[in-house]
Amino acid sequence: MTLTVFWIFGVIAMGSALLCITRKNPIACALWLVVTLFALAALFVLLDAQFIAVLQVLVYAGAIMVLFLFVIMLLNLGRPGPTDIKGPLGLLGATVLAGALLLLLRPLGEAPLPAGIQLPPGAVAALQQQRGIVGSVATPLFDTYLVPFEIASVLLLAAIVGAVVLAKRKL
Amino acid sequence: MLLSPALAISAVLFTLGVAGVLLRRNAIVIFMCVELMLNAVNLTFVALAQGLGVGGQVFVFFVMAVAAAEAAVGLAIILAVYRHKQSVSLQNMNLLKDG
Repeated sequence: MTLTVFWIFGVIAMGSALLCITRKNPIACALWLVVTLFALAALFVLLDAQFIAVLQVLVYAGAIMVLFLFVIMLLNLGRPGPTDIKGPLGLLGATVLAGALLLLLRPLGEAPLPAGIQLPPGAVAALQQQRGIVGSVATPLFDTYLVPFEIASVLLLAAIVGAVVLAKRKL
Repeated sequence: MLLSPALAISAVLFTLGVAGVLLRRNAIVIFMCVELMLNAVNLTFVALAQGLGVGGQVFVFFVMAVAAAEAAVGLAIILAVYRHKQSVSLQNMNLLKDG
C-alpha cells in the first residue's frame, strides 16, 4: 500500500518535472515545478521526514517559488513570444547527455548500504516516537551540526546583503 | 522498503533537471531546473536517512538554506542583467565572448 502511494507521488513528481522543462511559458514552468515540490513533500512524509516535508512546502513551494514568480512577473516574461527551447540539435544533445547521466546513476541505486553503519529497520521512526518529530531533527542540528548551522546563518546574511546590493539601482 | 524507488525517482528528477539546463535558454527557467536538481538530491538524503540516521535530514536543512541564498542572489543577478540587456535569454549574454 505504502509502496503504491509512493510510486503514485513519484510519478506525479517526475511527470510534472518533465512538463516543467518542456513548457514554453516561464510561469507554466514555475507552476509545474510547484507541483513537483508538493509531490516531493508527500514523498518526504512517506520516508519518515514529516518535518522536512513541512519545511519543503513552507520554504520551497512557499517562499522560493513565490520569489521566482515575482521576478518573472516583474520582468513581464509571461507574455507570448518566441520559444526559448533549443532546436532539434539542442534537443538531441540534451536527450543523449541526460540519458548517459541516467545510465551512470543506475548502479548507485543497486549498491548495497554499508553494513557497519546501517541502523536496524524502523530506528528513525522509533527515535521520532521517543523525541518527537521536530526534536529528532533539532537535537543533532543544535548539537553535532552546530558550527555548520552558524555558518549557514552567516551565509544567509551574506545573501541578503548581496541581493540588495545587486538588485538596487543606486546605493 | 522504499529506498530503491526513492533513489530511482531521485535519479530521474536529477536527470530531468540536467536536461532542462541543457535544453532551455531562459535564465530563470534554467535556475528553476537547478532547484529541481537540488530537490532530487534532497530526496536522496531523506531516503538514505531512513537507514543511516537522521543526519541526512539535518543535511536537507543546509541544502534548503543554500538554495534559498542562491535563489535570492541569482535572481538579483538576473534582474541586474535584465536592466542592461532588456532580456534574460542566455544567447544575449555574450560579454566575455571575443569579437
